[in-house]
Amino acid sequence: MRMLAAAFLLIAAPALASEPTADRAAELKDMVIQDCGSCHGMTMKGGLGLPLTRDRLAEIPAEALSAAILDGRPGTPMPPWRGMLNEAEADWIARYLKGETDVR
Amino acid sequence: MSAKWIAVLAAGLLTACSSAPRSTGDLGVVVERADGRLIVVESSTNTRLGTVSGLGDLSHASVVFSRDERFAYVFGRDGGLTKVDLLERRIAKRVVQSGNSIGGAISQDGRLVAVANYEPGGVKVFDAETLELVADIPAVGADGQRSKVVGLEDSTDNVFAFSLYDSGEIWVADLKNPKAPRLTKHTGIGKQPYDALISLDGRTYLAGLFGEDGIAMLDLWKPEQGVRRVLDHYGRGQEPLPVYKMPHLEGWAASGNHAFLPAIGRHEVLVVDMTTWKEVGRLPVAGQPVFAMLRPDGRQLWVNFALPDNGKVQVFDVPTGKLLRTLEPGKAVLHMEFTPRGERVWMSARDSDKVVVFDTATLEKVAEMPATKPSGIFFTARAHRIGL
Repeated sequence: MRMLAAAFLLIAAPALASEPTADRAAELKDMVIQDCGSCHGMTMKGGLGLPLTRDRLAEIPAEALSAAILDGRPGTPMPPWRGMLNEAEADWIARYLKGETDVR
Repeated sequence: MSAKWIAVLAAGLLTACSSAPRSTGDLGVVVERADGRLIVVESSTNTRLGTVSGLGDLSHASVVFSRDERFAYVFGRDGGLTKVDLLERRIAKRVVQSGNSIGGAISQDGRLVAVANYEPGGVKVFDAETLELVADIPAVGADGQRSKVVGLEDSTDNVFAFSLYDSGEIWVADLKNPKAPRLTKHTGIGKQPYDALISLDGRTYLAGLFGEDGIAMLDLWKPEQGVRRVLDHYGRGQEPLPVYKMPHLEGWAASGNHAFLPAIGRHEVLVVDMTTWKEVGRLPVAGQPVFAMLRPDGRQLWVNFALPDNGKVQVFDVPTGKLLRTLEPGKAVLHMEFTPRGERVWMSARDSDKVVVFDTATLEKVAEMPATKPSGIFFTARAHRIGL
């Protein structure tokens, strides 16, 4: 049993470690509204930045959004956020923007 | 005296109190951006007087004032233009005039309010009294496409100047006859003008470029000279840092012959000689500057920053260029506003949910008040300054 639990931890640990905690998720949500909102609008209807409404993002895979968040979009004011966000956090934001139900 | 008479007397007193004259020269508003609400404040005694709600999406909201300093015109992100009565603390008029807007300006004579729109790109001009549409100027660039409009500024003679972000143009709209605006278009001024400012005399319009190292300058007294590039290559070819928040230029900072401009993507404020438009120095600062604002007397320069340094504010002594102090007034300091003569400065600390007031002589905090996610702070004294 103990072995089993250890094995389970070994497999699950990386995923658990990378998923933002509830506290961090709350910070990320705040960041999306307040900081991303400066360019994309607090309601995500766009501004200097493109609209990020769920309708518009429906066709864009989360991985592509996550990559745009981490690396920015050259030639536009969208900066790379890699210095401030790790991959799991960018992925969380991408799924949050898409309105995926497992992200609260 | 009967109870009835006492009640009548008391009612009379209450009426007298509520209708007592009140002046507006020391009033202002604080934008609570997430709640679509303004706090009406008074800067003489650092007092919160009340709130006005129902203003829509106020992310990036800005405000101009009527010349009698009674009404605030609030430009919301969602295209809302709201005229707020500061004395009665209510909405006097409100129109939703576009899908997405970025800011506006009021004409020299106070009769026209102009709004810069992203979507659909252009400028709309309204009667300041009634908010009826007076002129509609679609921003169709030389490329035939509609462009987002930024950096809308008022000059003298009911002239407005603004920039087209997508097509890289500066347009001047002469609204002496508001029904028939006369447009002068300057094309090819540089890539992605993102914001602009106008000097206090209404003469010099400067548009910051995001897509290039440099600033586009138009002398409105000599428009025939066209747009000149100044401060070209201030980044000296170095790769700029990621810009987590666009600098704002409207806090035009000029002291004597020197202007102070936030460098984009760099931890520097550029010092420019306005007679030659050459760079004469740089101040190293604690992060990427967003606002570089001079105290009204021009003796101190106050700078706030983009993420991740947005909890800091630096104060410089202008004559010597020395850093006086690095303040930490709160989390996410978004905006600073000086009292009309500059003895105090109000700062919004968004993530601390408060507004803090500092004495500019001692650089100490003298007051604070709660505010929900505050952003812009605007005092009525702006009513009497060109370009604010």
